[in-house]
Amino acid sequence: MSGNAEFFDEMRQPDGSVRSAYSNYCEWYDEQDPKLLRRKHSEAETNFRKTGITFNVYGEDEAEERLIPFDMVPRVIDAREWRRLTRGIEQRVSALNAFMHDLYHRQEIVRAGRLPERLLRNNEAWLPNMVGFTPPGGVYTHIVGIDLVRTGPDEFYVLEDNARTPSGVSYMLENRETMMAMFPELFLRCQVEQVSDYPRRLAKSLAACAPDCAEDKPVVAVLTPGIYNSAYFEHAFLADQMGAELVEGSDLRVVDGRVAMRTTCGYKAVDVIYRRVDDEFLDPLTFNSDSVLGVPGIMDVYRSGGVTIANAPGTGVCDDKAIYSFMPEIVEFYTGEKPLLPNVETWRCAEEDSLKYVLDNLAELVVKEVHGSGGYGMLVGPASTKKQIEEFRHKIVENPENYIAQPTLSLSTCPVFTKKGLAPRHVDLRPFVLVSPDKIDITPGGLTRVALEKGSLVVNSSQGGGTKDTWVLKD
Amino acid sequence: MLGRTANGLFWMFRYLERAENTARLLDAGLRMALTRDLVTAEEEWRSVIETSGQRQSYEKKHSSYTGMQAWNFMLREKENPASIICMFSAVRQNARLARNAISGELWEAINENWLVIDEQLAKPVGENKVLDAVKTIRRAGTMARGALTGSMLREEGYHFAQAGMFIERADSIARILDIKYYLLLPSLSYVGSSLDTGQWDTVLRSVSGDRAYRWLNAGRIDARGICEFLILDDRFPRSLAFCHSELRSNLAALARLHGSEGESNALMREADTKITDLTIEEIFEQGLHEFLTEFMSSNAAIGNAIASDYRFLS
Repeated sequence: MSGNAEFFDEMRQPDGSVRSAYSNYCEWYDEQDPKLLRRKHSEAETNFRKTGITFNVYGEDEAEERLIPFDMVPRVIDAREWRRLTRGIEQRVSALNAFMHDLYHRQEIVRAGRLPERLLRNNEAWLPNMVGFTPPGGVYTHIVGIDLVRTGPDEFYVLEDNARTPSGVSYMLENRETMMAMFPELFLRCQVEQVSDYPRRLAKSLAACAPDCAEDKPVVAVLTPGIYNSAYFEHAFLADQMGAELVEGSDLRVVDGRVAMRTTCGYKAVDVIYRRVDDEFLDPLTFNSDSVLGVPGIMDVYRSGGVTIANAPGTGVCDDKAIYSFMPEIVEFYTGEKPLLPNVETWRCAEEDSLKYVLDNLAELVVKEVHGSGGYGMLVGPASTKKQIEEFRHKIVENPENYIAQPTLSLSTCPVFTKKGLAPRHVDLRPFVLVSPDKIDITPGGLTRVALEKGSLVVNSSQGGGTKDTWVLKD
Repeated sequence: MLGRTANGLFWMFRYLERAENTARLLDAGLRMALTRDLVTAEEEWRSVIETSGQRQSYEKKHSSYTGMQAWNFMLREKENPASIICMFSAVRQNARLARNAISGELWEAINENWLVIDEQLAKPVGENKVLDAVKTIRRAGTMARGALTGSMLREEGYHFAQAGMFIERADSIARILDIKYYLLLPSLSYVGSSLDTGQWDTVLRSVSGDRAYRWLNAGRIDARGICEFLILDDRFPRSLAFCHSELRSNLAALARLHGSEGESNALMREADTKITDLTIEEIFEQGLHEFLTEFMSSNAAIGNAIASDYRFLS
């Protein structure tokens, strides 16, 4: 396989020589019998099925559980690159938390004229109940996933901030377990930072955010919508690995001003709830009254300081792509520094000049809904037919505020294993960040998502993307 | 532990035991059918379906008894909640529900076998394949029990799982005996008379007790001996006495872990007084059917008491 001058390849230089981060890996790879590798490839899939690492697909038969395809060529990041990334991520995440606090308090950033007020007014994730309230420890985004893409040797961009409920960390952990089980010798040759202590770090970080009323060892529980949720496996996995209870709304109720879970010994107070239930379903008394996933009265307990909800309700504001487009201003406003990690250039269709530019250049751009996620409801101009582009044009014209556009990025490629050998495919990277009152903790690595179709730029698992083990090399 | 999780563990092992018992019954029926002429075979399948408690739903679907229909109904009929596919799916569902309370080994024992059984039962099962499915279920049971005893903390979860298993097992043995006894012994005067040993062999096979029984009672097959073995012999892990004693110790452990006794412990003690030091003569005197009916209802009551003592549902 040779490098491709058009895209930055993680493994090879444009002249085909191997980058230093991959040198040990490639040496090993060249010694392998291709037949054996093909067998390992199918073994990996069987292993994932047996372990039950599956996700349910919305809108399909409830019983259907799918695997996210796993590719066995790791994505490798060297220590220097990683240090640079962590500094940028730390800066961004601390800005996000300061921003959340400001939004629900004095809104200095709006007063200073750095962020238009309409962005809050039109933001569906904005929660009036959070106004004037500070969560325990002042932490809003306990767990954040920052989606990064790379376009060149030192060019990383933030594509998205997932401050609501980032998922996928179980794949980061299971991908590593699978790699270590299949190729133990590889880990003797390459010095890779471990990721397996993520659940312990998560438990510690969550415990550090417990409310004042918690006892010495705070009780942490993971709140799941239930076994039919697409990410149920991950919820159960994290609860299991943390040694926390996995609760559903029906297990919880408010007892004596605390949120308590029904155990075999009666109701027991919970201090920290790592919830994987959306805001609107959290409390039927406050939000969606039809919700059976939540806990009636939990918001009152929350506001009186009786429980920590992670992430805090209302953090979805940051996932909005119109807010995203202001992140450089936001980072600068709260940290007083220039952003270390740049945003992807973004045109807001709400603004007249930008709208004109977007409509004139649809065939070259990627257009996204401001509230969308999961790769749904977006247009990838260069990969679309004329008809699709024209249909999308109508949608934008009808409701410009609902869209932003970005250039089609030359996402870096990383080789994947195919029947015919290695072939380059586009990748992104989602590191997982834990926030507690005195620490921002980033597990070295994260989840690398890969578009398995040749030439495709869409890496979302709901759209047929796969995942890779992500290595950060030790110094 | 959450009440809901305890409920999941309890039912996971109840359904597993039930699926396995259905598989054993099917196994015994198959063997019987192979050694019979067609007319008797039809009777035998009727009796297998009857014993498994699936007669009503079977007759809604089919008007005759053939082996092919019967085993497909018991194995893979989705409309039959007592079919092996439905029960094993419930096992896995409960295992997922209690996923963070069971060991990885136990989960994989269930999940791996589920993948196999799901494929084996994807299409109608022919004569040459029916034993494969039966074997998978029995292997799943063996692996799950092994993983349970070999990898789980002796905490409440373990005891809920065990309690579910032994309550279900006792219920199933009592039911098989009760139904078979009626079918096989039209009147009490038959007790002790010479019987169709093949039929009694089926009873033993359906609880996998044929070898154990022969080992203990060289060659002597009679109703009294078999009933004594299945009810009172606490050396045999599929006897009522054995299940009863295991259930007792699991309930005692739960009370100890929780620091207090509940209604389930009280009911257990009451049941104790009825079975301790009982002889088979006394059982026959009071009437086998009466004895078994009472046993099943007390067994069920203990199950319900566990659910309310440990807040399974509310």
